[in-house]
Amino acid sequence: MRAEAVEEGALARPAEAPAAPARSPFAADLRELLANRTAVLSIAIVLAVAAMALFAPWIAPHDPYEANLLRRLQPPVWLEGGEWAHPLGCDQLGRDILSRIVFGARVSMTIGLLVVAIAAVIGTTLGLLAGYLRGFVDVLIGRIVDTLLGFPYLIFAIGLMAAMGPGLANIVLALVLKEWVLTCRVARAETLAAREMDYVEAARALGASPARIMLGEILPNILSPVLVVATFRMATIVILEASLSFLGLGVQPPVPSWGSMVADGRAFLLDAWWVATLPGVAIFVLVLAINLASQGLRDVFDPRLKA
Amino acid sequence: MSGPLLEIRGLAVVFPTRGGLVRAVDGVDLEVFSGECLGVVGESGSGKSVTFLAVLGLLRPPGRIEAGEIRFEGRTISGLPEAELRELRGRAIAITLQDALTALNPALTVEQQIVETIEAHDPDLPRGRARRRILRERAQELLRLVGIPEPARRLAAYPHELSGGMRQRVMIAIALSCRPKLLIADEPTTALDVTIQAQVLDLLAELRERLGTAIVLVSHDLGVVAEHCGRVVVMYAGQVVERGPTAAVIGEPRHPYTRGLLRSIPSIAEPERPIRPIPGQMADPIRPPPGCRFEPRCSLARPACRLPIALRPIDGGRAARCVEVAA
Repeated sequence: MRAEAVEEGALARPAEAPAAPARSPFAADLRELLANRTAVLSIAIVLAVAAMALFAPWIAPHDPYEANLLRRLQPPVWLEGGEWAHPLGCDQLGRDILSRIVFGARVSMTIGLLVVAIAAVIGTTLGLLAGYLRGFVDVLIGRIVDTLLGFPYLIFAIGLMAAMGPGLANIVLALVLKEWVLTCRVARAETLAAREMDYVEAARALGASPARIMLGEILPNILSPVLVVATFRMATIVILEASLSFLGLGVQPPVPSWGSMVADGRAFLLDAWWVATLPGVAIFVLVLAINLASQGLRDVFDPRLKA
Repeated sequence: MSGPLLEIRGLAVVFPTRGGLVRAVDGVDLEVFSGECLGVVGESGSGKSVTFLAVLGLLRPPGRIEAGEIRFEGRTISGLPEAELRELRGRAIAITLQDALTALNPALTVEQQIVETIEAHDPDLPRGRARRRILRERAQELLRLVGIPEPARRLAAYPHELSGGMRQRVMIAIALSCRPKLLIADEPTTALDVTIQAQVLDLLAELRERLGTAIVLVSHDLGVVAEHCGRVVVMYAGQVVERGPTAAVIGEPRHPYTRGLLRSIPSIAEPERPIRPIPGQMADPIRPPPGCRFEPRCSLARPACRLPIALRPIDGGRAARCVEVAA
């Protein structure tokens, strides 16, 4: 028997007051977000850095690898001896700092996005499983999570990088291996709350399988907090990548990374402060922008903060 | 008459707790026939909801069926593995939960929630574009069936955008999406105001006539049941205390508890008649009275009531669990 068998509108009757025009809660949230100026500005900065990374070859005024010892430690344009050809000056090998910062954004953004995305997928999946299935699965995942949480983040990453050797893929792997834990905890906690809701019971009463309940019923309800946590975490990942590169365990020279640029410039801090400081400013601005942007997102998407 | 659609024999459901074993349902016998509307009445904690959660295998651990048999269309379904029960849920027996306000998923549109259930149970759906169109058409038909105007627009709505009555209708539409033979409506009107209650109950009655779906109306409101159900089962402290055709049971209740329930309803016809609540508390489900469970609260109690008592048949397809009824 199918629903087609039923005569159209046979039982239609005047109903209660008509509901407001259908609009997704998302659209309302988006309008709220756009009203928050700090958040909009921060998101714009993050997007600008992303665009800078994406279109680096067209944006950068020079080849970031082109060394010219005649321009060694040339100051930025606003200091004596600077020139417009190299607005942010040059480093110890005479390479254009602006171009290297533009290209360095690639490393930061790629690693930040990749790590956060992969960790969010793994963490959400395991968190859902642990929170919904409980029992042995929960205990097992919980133990792994607790163990990993016991390690300081940077020590854990340094150890892994030292063992695996430097390289982009290895940085991502080292950071993901610990990063998923945080998403997992959030996803598990949210799942624990959601699985007790009546709509989960209702879905079960109508014959939904565990997989369908997890993906179809619970996932949409835990997605906002998970996404908010993930955006917050991206700031930390950017710093960690910079730290690893600073220590020489990250991306290898001559590929420009903000962290390794700071490390390189350290030796000349007294004579040529800009070599180390300017990439540092880039890290600072990006991390601050990510934090403020995710705070804006959280204010809008976390229902618990709404009065 | 052919066999009953749903037959429950000697069902006992227990929940282990720190204080001891809670016997939420203790030896319940009842049957639901094809196309009928059965009312199940009792106050909170009488075991009426738990009985039907047990039918669908939806008891929350550590709750479990301790004894008894549940048969659907002659087939024993108690103790079936989870996968087979899942096949049954929604497709053969559907249940609408007590509170429509929380039983809809706030993160999904009405359409997604209806479609979900159809997809879970219909393996014959085509793939690709046609699938989406068919599913949407069916969802619209269901909304029309439960009397929701402008179904095309309502499909895109989220639960919070609908009124309480609308949500209850959507719940019923979802429950009916796979054409179950039996619909269990657990307190379908509790969260609704009186005029909407009447609409929802009328809707259920019409759906039963049109689709031939048997309906079990679980309610604490004897008035709701009186108006819509042919037969009624009155439950108290996990047991059936009285059952029979609704008119007879209400016209001439044979169990003091049923009488007490009727007396505690205010009447418009007799505004002067005092409302008499039943004194005392529901029996302790861990250590129930040894005889009649209602004995401690019963004004007619006598020593014979302290002995165990079975449901005693009365003429006219009735039965009551009371010593007043001649064995």
